[in-house]
Amino acid sequence: MTDSWCPRITRRRLLATTAILAISGAGPRALGRTYRGGVLPWEPNDTSPPIPVRPGPWLYFTADEAAAIEAIVDRLIPPDESGPGGKGAGCAVFIDRQLAGSFGASSRLYMRAPFVNGTPSQGPQSPIVPKERYRISLAALEEYCKATFAGKSFAALDAAQQDQVLHGLETGEIKLKDDSGKDFFETVLANTMEGFFADPIYGGNRDMAGWKLVGFPGARYDYRDFVGKHNQPYPLPPVSIMGRSDWTVPG
Amino acid sequence: MNKLAGAIGTAALFAALLAPCAVRAVDLQSYEFVERGRYLATAADCAACHTKPGGAPFAGGVAIQTPFGTLIGPNITPDPDAGIGAWSDDEFVAALHDGIGRGGVRLYPAMPYPAYTKMTRQDALAIRAYLRTIQPSSNQVDANQLPFPFDIRFDMAVWNALNFKPGRLEPDPSQSAEWNRGRYLVDALGHCGTCHTPKTWLGADKNSAYLQGATLQGWFAPNITADERKGIGRWTIDELVNYLKTGANRDAIASAGMGEEVVHSSSHMTDADLKAIATYLVSLKPAVADNLQPVAAADPRMVAGQAIYKDNCSGCHTDAGTGIPRLFPRLAGSHAVQSDDPTTLIRTVMFGSQGAATAAAPTGPAMPSFAWRLNDAQVAAVLTYIRNSWSNAASAVSAGQVGTVKAAAATP
Amino acid sequence: MATKLPAKDVVIIGLGWTGAILGNELTDHGLDVVAIERGPWRDTATSFNIGYAPDELRYAVRLDLFQRPAQSTVTFRNNGGQTALPIRQFGSFIPGNGVGGAGIHWNGVTWRFNPTDFRLRSHLTERYGADFIPAELSIQDWGITYEELEPYYDRFEYLAGISGKAGNLNGVIQDGGNPFEGPRKRDYPLPPMRMTYGPTLFAEAARSLGYHPFPQPSGNLSQPYTNPLGVTMGQCTYCGFCERFGCANYSKASAQTSVLPVLMRKSNFEARTECEVLKINLDASGKHATGVSYVDSSGAEWEQPGEIVLVCAFSFNNVQMLLHSGIGQPYDPATRQGTIGRNYAYQTTSGLELLFDDKIFNPFISAGALAQVIDDFNGDAFDHSKLGFVGGAGISTGPTNGRPIQTRPTPHGTPRWGAKWKQATKQSYLRFFSMGSQGSSYAAYTNHLDLDPTYKDRFGRPLLRMTFDFPDNDIRMSNYVTDRMEDIAKALKPREYIVSRRTKPYSSVPYQSTHNTGGTIMGADPKTSAINKYLQSWDVPNVFVVGASAFPQNAGYNPTGTVGALAFVAADAIITKYLKAPGPLVPS
Repeated sequence: MTDSWCPRITRRRLLATTAILAISGAGPRALGRTYRGGVLPWEPNDTSPPIPVRPGPWLYFTADEAAAIEAIVDRLIPPDESGPGGKGAGCAVFIDRQLAGSFGASSRLYMRAPFVNGTPSQGPQSPIVPKERYRISLAALEEYCKATFAGKSFAALDAAQQDQVLHGLETGEIKLKDDSGKDFFETVLANTMEGFFADPIYGGNRDMAGWKLVGFPGARYDYRDFVGKHNQPYPLPPVSIMGRSDWTVPG
Repeated sequence: MNKLAGAIGTAALFAALLAPCAVRAVDLQSYEFVERGRYLATAADCAACHTKPGGAPFAGGVAIQTPFGTLIGPNITPDPDAGIGAWSDDEFVAALHDGIGRGGVRLYPAMPYPAYTKMTRQDALAIRAYLRTIQPSSNQVDANQLPFPFDIRFDMAVWNALNFKPGRLEPDPSQSAEWNRGRYLVDALGHCGTCHTPKTWLGADKNSAYLQGATLQGWFAPNITADERKGIGRWTIDELVNYLKTGANRDAIASAGMGEEVVHSSSHMTDADLKAIATYLVSLKPAVADNLQPVAAADPRMVAGQAIYKDNCSGCHTDAGTGIPRLFPRLAGSHAVQSDDPTTLIRTVMFGSQGAATAAAPTGPAMPSFAWRLNDAQVAAVLTYIRNSWSNAASAVSAGQVGTVKAAAATP
Repeated sequence: MATKLPAKDVVIIGLGWTGAILGNELTDHGLDVVAIERGPWRDTATSFNIGYAPDELRYAVRLDLFQRPAQSTVTFRNNGGQTALPIRQFGSFIPGNGVGGAGIHWNGVTWRFNPTDFRLRSHLTERYGADFIPAELSIQDWGITYEELEPYYDRFEYLAGISGKAGNLNGVIQDGGNPFEGPRKRDYPLPPMRMTYGPTLFAEAARSLGYHPFPQPSGNLSQPYTNPLGVTMGQCTYCGFCERFGCANYSKASAQTSVLPVLMRKSNFEARTECEVLKINLDASGKHATGVSYVDSSGAEWEQPGEIVLVCAFSFNNVQMLLHSGIGQPYDPATRQGTIGRNYAYQTTSGLELLFDDKIFNPFISAGALAQVIDDFNGDAFDHSKLGFVGGAGISTGPTNGRPIQTRPTPHGTPRWGAKWKQATKQSYLRFFSMGSQGSSYAAYTNHLDLDPTYKDRFGRPLLRMTFDFPDNDIRMSNYVTDRMEDIAKALKPREYIVSRRTKPYSSVPYQSTHNTGGTIMGADPKTSAINKYLQSWDVPNVFVVGASAFPQNAGYNPTGTVGALAFVAADAIITKYLKAPGPLVPS
């Protein structure tokens, strides 16, 4: 295959549009990106896909914390005949990876002082970011369980006891140190549900277990052929951002 | 609104002048001659190699990748030192017709003189007249960046002896004036074969496969003969004109190299000329009808490909492969999809592509990139699927082919 | 020390819907325009790649495309007796960010306000008497009529490719459309969307009760469409990743899909992204803007001079910009004097979930504006004389999504976790659909915007402070329309239904709507409004403030249709009036 004598598909477009440019040729240079009369800016292979979570060691939790979280998520979403529970679905892995990232550090939130408790209408005002919340409250939970259950940690309790503790946290009956029990419970519950139903790329919803439980077809984009089919079950299996097994060519 | 539009209007008035004709005395400074030259320079797309993006017009500096190394398009403004201001008209015409620059310097056929040799002397002079009106630029360009031994221009004497026959294009009296005009535009000015005709190992046109598609720098410029499966045979003249004029027609949207061609060249040409090009191209019927059988739907590559298609592609291209005119190209019956060489398809799926935008069709929709999501086998499977569904038929694509394209694109 | 740049004819603050429309109109007229946007460039194939666009965690939960509170937020309190605290995490409303603004991630619901909405106080006074209007409400007339706006609504609808069915063509009521709407000169550019099961059942039940259901006007295109600018858009594929998400296949109207391809081709237009405007600069008289000051991504400060400044930064950002720039007199609720920050309003919503044993609804097959609606209880379409409130709501079934992190209702009394939760969620997910009421939010004297005394942004500028609670009037209204919604639900005989009523105090935590309106309101009287009917500031005539900040109060409709129309009004006024005679367009 011989190439011919032709100009490379050029940087013509790129140079005319993106990147840092001088303004109007006759003036000082302002930064930020400037787009000026020409074409719609575009570059090939310019993507920002989510970074898949890789299985492996915990990135944030200690071994003890992980054991407690795995036990918690497996009570919040227990395994049964309809499918895996929170642990089997990878919810603890999901939470671990989230806490290791911008969610865990509240990087996107307004975290300037002063921090003052307000009314419920004014929303969360705590300076404690999620990863701190988990660390502090898991330690407090550990303390509580050991004190209440003859030295056993949460993970070592039986299912009924674990449920009892979780109920207590939910209602506020079990306050934990710094009164953080309820806040902690709400956070864990929300993150567990996120992990169970988010795209498997984030470490939870393993094998699309959460989606299979409810019948959500996942990262699909075209239902035109089914809009008019009222009251009929949707036939296609769920697909994740990273695909489904049917994409694999055998052999 | 823009100067070229005015020029088109003027050029249209002189349609008669644009046909190849016998030698006659012309005033190289006459307004209409210069305007004719501007139009011809647009049709020949001189700017593609001689005008750097964002740079002064025709001041050179465009890097041209060749299999033998890099060349830089020279400065062809009238500057007497850096440009061609000191050249005589005959020297200018010799560059186009014979591939010989001033002082006997042989040009490399990156300057498509094997095509421009077919241009009439009047047309060459008109281009010269136009170029003389360009603002002179002192931009010095060292055109020859080829490595040894290719940098020895004398090599070109040998190459020319083997591969090049200078000479004007003689009209074919058995064909209409419109057909002849079309052939002239395709062969002499537009030099379409430079991209669309496959090359010999020496880089010369393989005339036996004239306009039947060629690979260049990791893209495949498709077959533009009237082959119904692999070429433009299913398009009417009107659809072909629309494509060249606006960058889009009912089925397809120009992108990559052809997108640039449309935006800088054919979208500025007259309707009559575009119709002539279309008339010529639709006359190029293949000698033998193609009877290729599609890959069977039950083939495991097709089965996987269908799943991948449903989950990735149908949201834009639809389950039936029909797409949406001027937005998402039609895949069913598409010649680009059924090209022998799937290089362009592989690139498009892997890295995305932006459609050409013209004033008439400004949308410029872009195909997103899938390299982050699909591995080589999956790209191969989905391409095999679209090449062999909806009465399409073409060779299967292999993971190896995808890998090769990926590797080639990774090296700048 | 700021560096001064070469002057432009027009400086636009923010490149969303209104910035793009104005940029396009004014560049068509030959003006030299720069738009300064604090967020990033956004492009369909790159930013909303079809492979990763359908990601609920990233976009709907972690709010990837939205303004990050770390970059800018507001402080909030229910009333003047409280200390406002920062909204550290957006909940009740989520402002947009980047080129395209909120128009990237909106649902696409596109209404015209009702004729009576524009002369609200006059109309209610005429019909019910002045005393009928509760004293807490500061509602007022707009100073512009529906009839004047009609051609601009039409322009926006045809620009965006709105899909719907006219209900009133030149005074003649049309079957299948909204019989309560104001008259329009021609039908929508595209036919309505195809309905899924839930809206179909809703419409049947509503009809059985004598109401008038019709398909919601939708910016999710029902068919491929090429708009008057020559830009082609695609057909909505009912993916169910609409609100909070960018559209991957060019089928949701936005600046990206409708305007930017044409605007970006123009040599007299420039977009500067990741540059934040700090304030509008005024000359010594304080009555003329000289341009803006902004900070680029490296932190360097620049001065961009301009002859005309357009504030197109989203409703409450517009208010904050005027306050930071010292334009107009800030509103004081104690004295009711001043205009900037006055009449902040919102949206009054309620919901209802219906669960069935015997029906499958496939909630994931949905689109942002897909719905059947009744307007029978909206605005003043019904007789209020014995009801004790003013205002009303659209009632609809609009299944926008079935995304399971956030949308998985269970029967009343189901625990939120555990084995029973799991069973109930599995049973219910496919078998529910919802109704909602979207009600008017009538401005009150105590609801307003101003600058916070304590909390600052990253530049040290005071954050905007929001003081808001639902007026009692609006709660009464909401309860009434929710009762009517219950009637419709009952007619469908579900296994059960769960009602979520709107109560006080307003909480900034659960999501309700991003229809924040008012603060720089339009009016005929400069003492009680910030801008005139041409969106021109009464105080600084070469500043125009375009957005829902212009609404004197909010109606029971989504705002974008009206916002788009107002952008065309401003463009028209600048081109046909202001450029010919710069100065106040309306005598004050």
